[in-house]
Amino acid sequence: MRPLKHLFGIADLDREQIEYLVNLGDSFIEINRRPLKKAPTLRGKTIINLFFENSTRTRTSFELAGKRLSADVINISASTSATKKGETLLDTGQTLAAMQPHVLVIRHSLAGTCELLADYLPNTALVNAGDGAHEHPTQILTDLLTLKQVWGSPEGKVITIVGDIAHSRVARSHLLAAKKLGYTMRVVAPKTLLPSQIERYGCEVYHDFDAALPGSDAVYMLRVQTERLTDSCAFPSIREYHETYGLNAKRLRAAGSDCIVMHPGPMNRGVEIATDVADSVKSHVLQQVEHGVAVRMAVLAALCGGHADEKKEGRRKQLADEAMRAQGTLL
Amino acid sequence: MSGTLLIKNGHIIDPGNEVDEVADLWIRDGRVAAIGDYEGAPDEVIDATGKVVCPGLIDMHVHLREPGQEWKEDVESGSRAAVAGGVTSMCCMPNTGPHIDHAGIALQIIARARQVNLCNVHPIGAVTKNLDGKELTEMRELSRAGCVAFSDDGLPIWHAGVMRKALEYASSFGFLVIQHAEEKDLTAGGAINEGWISTQLGVSGMPVEGEDSMIARDIMLARRADARYHVAHISSKGGVELVRQARKQGLKVTTEAAPHHFALTEEEVLGYNVDAKMSPPLRTEEDRLAVIEGLRDGTIEVIATDHAPHHEDDKRCGLSCAAFGIVGLETMLPVSLDLVRAGVLSMSDMIAKVTCNPAQLLGLASGTLSEGVEADVCIFDAEATWTVDREAMVSKGKNTPWHGKQMTGLVTHTLKAGRIVFAEGEVCG
Repeated sequence: MRPLKHLFGIADLDREQIEYLVNLGDSFIEINRRPLKKAPTLRGKTIINLFFENSTRTRTSFELAGKRLSADVINISASTSATKKGETLLDTGQTLAAMQPHVLVIRHSLAGTCELLADYLPNTALVNAGDGAHEHPTQILTDLLTLKQVWGSPEGKVITIVGDIAHSRVARSHLLAAKKLGYTMRVVAPKTLLPSQIERYGCEVYHDFDAALPGSDAVYMLRVQTERLTDSCAFPSIREYHETYGLNAKRLRAAGSDCIVMHPGPMNRGVEIATDVADSVKSHVLQQVEHGVAVRMAVLAALCGGHADEKKEGRRKQLADEAMRAQGTLL
Repeated sequence: MSGTLLIKNGHIIDPGNEVDEVADLWIRDGRVAAIGDYEGAPDEVIDATGKVVCPGLIDMHVHLREPGQEWKEDVESGSRAAVAGGVTSMCCMPNTGPHIDHAGIALQIIARARQVNLCNVHPIGAVTKNLDGKELTEMRELSRAGCVAFSDDGLPIWHAGVMRKALEYASSFGFLVIQHAEEKDLTAGGAINEGWISTQLGVSGMPVEGEDSMIARDIMLARRADARYHVAHISSKGGVELVRQARKQGLKVTTEAAPHHFALTEEEVLGYNVDAKMSPPLRTEEDRLAVIEGLRDGTIEVIATDHAPHHEDDKRCGLSCAAFGIVGLETMLPVSLDLVRAGVLSMSDMIAKVTCNPAQLLGLASGTLSEGVEADVCIFDAEATWTVDREAMVSKGKNTPWHGKQMTGLVTHTLKAGRIVFAEGEVCG
């Protein structure tokens, strides 16, 4: 398998790497259920969680993942960080990298945050915990682990994702993963919440939720940010949105008895998802949360391992180069 | 400059005078004395064998950043970059701080350019005070101070009512209005072209309709006002077609294309490349080819760079946050020569778009090698290759999408009023 240096997005992963991370995550689920939740895998490793956007589950999940593998974990949120004093993202990144962490986990509203930092932080493994509307790879790995538990494999299945696709990094990462793993994505939204040329991902596009439901193996509801309502005229009212794109028990029945419900959280009850569905046995929302910790343990373990090897490799290469140069001077 | 200079045996291309021949160019006391035979002995000779000798280039769309943002560029550094690119006359846009919305600033810039004495600088006056799109500037006074056209470039003249009045007022005096055509309601928050690339990157896009709809509206207003209307940096297929139709109807509508819009597409921004971010954005291959067709059939009369130097600090903050714009003066000629090599334009037609065409549009005395005019000359080797190195750029701005790329076409000499201001890769003075 190609070693992992960073985790920017699903776009950079091949099928083998995705399956490796999901399977490794699967093996970590058990640790989280033990009475004593600790393994020594990452002892001596330092992980910094740098969150410029609010987050409860993703940040807690990364923190627990690191701690349960015995890494030293530091959390920094934008409200307590130097950015309030006007420091640029790059300076904050470089400052933290200078303290020699093994991994920097970053969430930022700027699409391409990791790509920007990577050029300046050559010795730190970067993990994208969500960058603007670009990617959210650990959420998708989490979902894939959840689906593995339910289906064994997602191949050939149909996942119907509903909501603000235009601003969703979760949707984009899923659309990329679907192609690599061979499942079908149906996206459901009014045109106002779809990005340009979405069909080029190879997905099926629906504006009518009810038409998309039959044949769906999973319905994946996205959180609707109500500020979109006033900011960009994306939809006329919460009431009409819920009526048109909200998932309720009646709709779920139309999808068939085996169809499961997913949501990356946090849920807006009564907006994109009705309480009777959110709390039903069909809902895998809490399994997603649980698997999130396991998958993030897998990501951190893979990066710390791979990264250390690569550093060794780099050092070996440096010594070899020096030897070559010395020879050249002698000649 | 007194004395006699002979530029010997070059391929002289002076489209304004339909000259296209291998000949000697004689310069006496800073002015063009003769092409071909001349009685007298030269004090200095430049051997131009195998090279093209043409009028000094004119770039009618440049941001010099002075006054106000001298850490990005100033009149001196911009002039040095210009002559390194073979440019001897340029028009600077009014989005400085303070803006070129009153005569004093225009006079100040012209005075600075005379002091620097490398390149002619012709300010473009603002259309509205403070570039805020509300009240017209004193265009006649700005014109008397040396402004050669009017624009709020960087920003559109957004409100239709203001644009109508601007076109009517300007056309009363024969002034040219240059529009940065962008419907802000459609492009707000956007960083790159809206489409498949913006979707994949998760970066807000600027739909092509933002440009097209503004051009369509303006053409209607220009028709009613019988105004001279010029679309800056046209980038879209729809925009080129609108201008083409307007010209067919006999309207005084003109436009310019920037080298990046006919050389590059939105693919350049993949990987979040901030040095491929500008407004209007790089668009699709279809748009690029339409711009090239517009250049070929004459719809687009002018090539201008939209040279927009920025400091690294304004670029190194991610694609969504980075400032719009790239530098262009030093790469204008080789990128434009690609059009000649691709058979889109003859060498003479390409040179016309960077010399006599903009001169005619703006009423400049430069842009030809007519006998008696100030000898602004560009000598270049159309075959010589070089590699763009951002650190080696003369401009203070290092924001070029061509870093590391090989260019074909090298300026070997630039002369301003008969004086060598650039030679052997060095700016003189």
